[in-house]
Amino acid sequence: MAELSINENVMDLTPEGPRLKGMRCKSCNNHVFPMQKGCPKCTSADVEEVHLGTKGTLWAWTIQGFPPKAPPYLGETDPAKFKPYGVGYVELPGELKVESRLTVSDPTALNIGMEMELVGEKIGKDEEGNDLITFAFAPV
Amino acid sequence: MSDDVAIVGIGMHPFGRHEGVSGMEQGAAAIRTACADANVEWADLEFAFGGSVAAGNPDSMVSQMGLTGLQFINVVNGCATGGSALISAYNTIKSGAFDIGLAIGFDKHERGAFRVNTGKSGERDWYGGSGMALTTQFFGMKINRYMEEYGITQDALARVSAKAFRNGSLNENAWRRQALSEKEVLQSAMLSYPLTQYMFCSPGEGGVALILARADKAHKYTKNPIFLKSAVVRSRRYGSFEVLAPSLALDYADGPTVDASQKAFEAAGVGPEDIDVAQLQDTESGAEIMHMAENGFCEHGEQEAMLANGETEITGRLPVNTDGGCLANGEPVGASGLRQVYENVLQLRGDAGKRQVPNNPKVAYTHVYGAPGISGVTILST
Repeated sequence: MAELSINENVMDLTPEGPRLKGMRCKSCNNHVFPMQKGCPKCTSADVEEVHLGTKGTLWAWTIQGFPPKAPPYLGETDPAKFKPYGVGYVELPGELKVESRLTVSDPTALNIGMEMELVGEKIGKDEEGNDLITFAFAPV
Repeated sequence: MSDDVAIVGIGMHPFGRHEGVSGMEQGAAAIRTACADANVEWADLEFAFGGSVAAGNPDSMVSQMGLTGLQFINVVNGCATGGSALISAYNTIKSGAFDIGLAIGFDKHERGAFRVNTGKSGERDWYGGSGMALTTQFFGMKINRYMEEYGITQDALARVSAKAFRNGSLNENAWRRQALSEKEVLQSAMLSYPLTQYMFCSPGEGGVALILARADKAHKYTKNPIFLKSAVVRSRRYGSFEVLAPSLALDYADGPTVDASQKAFEAAGVGPEDIDVAQLQDTESGAEIMHMAENGFCEHGEQEAMLANGETEITGRLPVNTDGGCLANGEPVGASGLRQVYENVLQLRGDAGKRQVPNNPKVAYTHVYGAPGISGVTILST
């Protein structure tokens, strides 16, 4: 079975790894994730889709300590098997802060300002049994 | 200051879990109590604004209240739904269109954290599917960053929760009426670091009704009219840090709470130093701490000492969340903002019983915050 992007409108799976698809405003260079058709900063509709950067620094974080409800969650929801996971905002220089899962879930191993990079993470399976890949940030 | 709009009747259906009672029935019960409080009949009400997020279209309650033909408009505005119903009623009376009407909010949510479906039709919901789209995560991230930035400790978070449950134990309409110690709060399950189970409020059930009238006619209905000095709702600006945001700008801007608060103080002609009692959105204990500063009641970081000194207790310098707040009452979204106003009316009338703020409070403040980055503030006075 293949590995598929959780949603090709927001993330491409490339040979070099996952790439997030964001909006860049051609008039003010503002970025937004995911892609949308208007710029909330300058109100221009002259925007394009770009791959966002893959390296940044941790800006805020928490640890998800209980299983989210399914739907919509695609991951493990059995309280006996659920493992906490990190969630944070990673600041991508010159672009934006993106909200993401973190590969680390130990509060003593997470610090604001630490260097992070984008990786893929298996989250669940689709109806045909293919692995669905979402994005996460891992310490460099 | 202009005294254009008065609250002349209040009613509340207890918050909590009510098996077999629909959200709308809880709303209807609140309306009947409010009508009795104002000595009016349902048929006397000229208009209504109704808010509910998960318990049906409020205007359909006319079938159980009475088909009187009144103007009834539904309001849905995220966590500011109740506050938005109130501001709509306030503006309707100020405009001169009607003399007396109703703001009603009720709700009934499923157990556990709010389920947020963010999928678009025909697409897989990548945001919720990946395990984001939880409001609890935003609150954990915001307070975690704030604690590092301004030196707030976990003890301060626990103090807020212990105060909420202590105040809730004095409130017969509250959901959680058992006092908890700081230690019990700190030792409960870690839900979204650094926030534990007893630092979070829960989605719940309940209803609140407020009857508003032209101020110059208020004494027809009540001996104790409470005047609505200002009611403001604001949405977010570019650069603010908001709940359920897949990305944030690199720029920084204050959130909608700051904007709504400043405008409400300006419109009422008072300042934070004039407020005798405040109900601030406490979705979790960190939110109350951050909102103390965002609403202008202190500088960032001063909350640690204020809490340690008991300044926000019922007997303190600035009592905050005297009815136990969202933490002890839960959050039925449509009713939550109106609960705060209900509590302030009781406090300003001197009718708050065991949790009455001493020395005849005269000016009171409410604040809600929630998805998708919205805030509502009211200022009431005797």
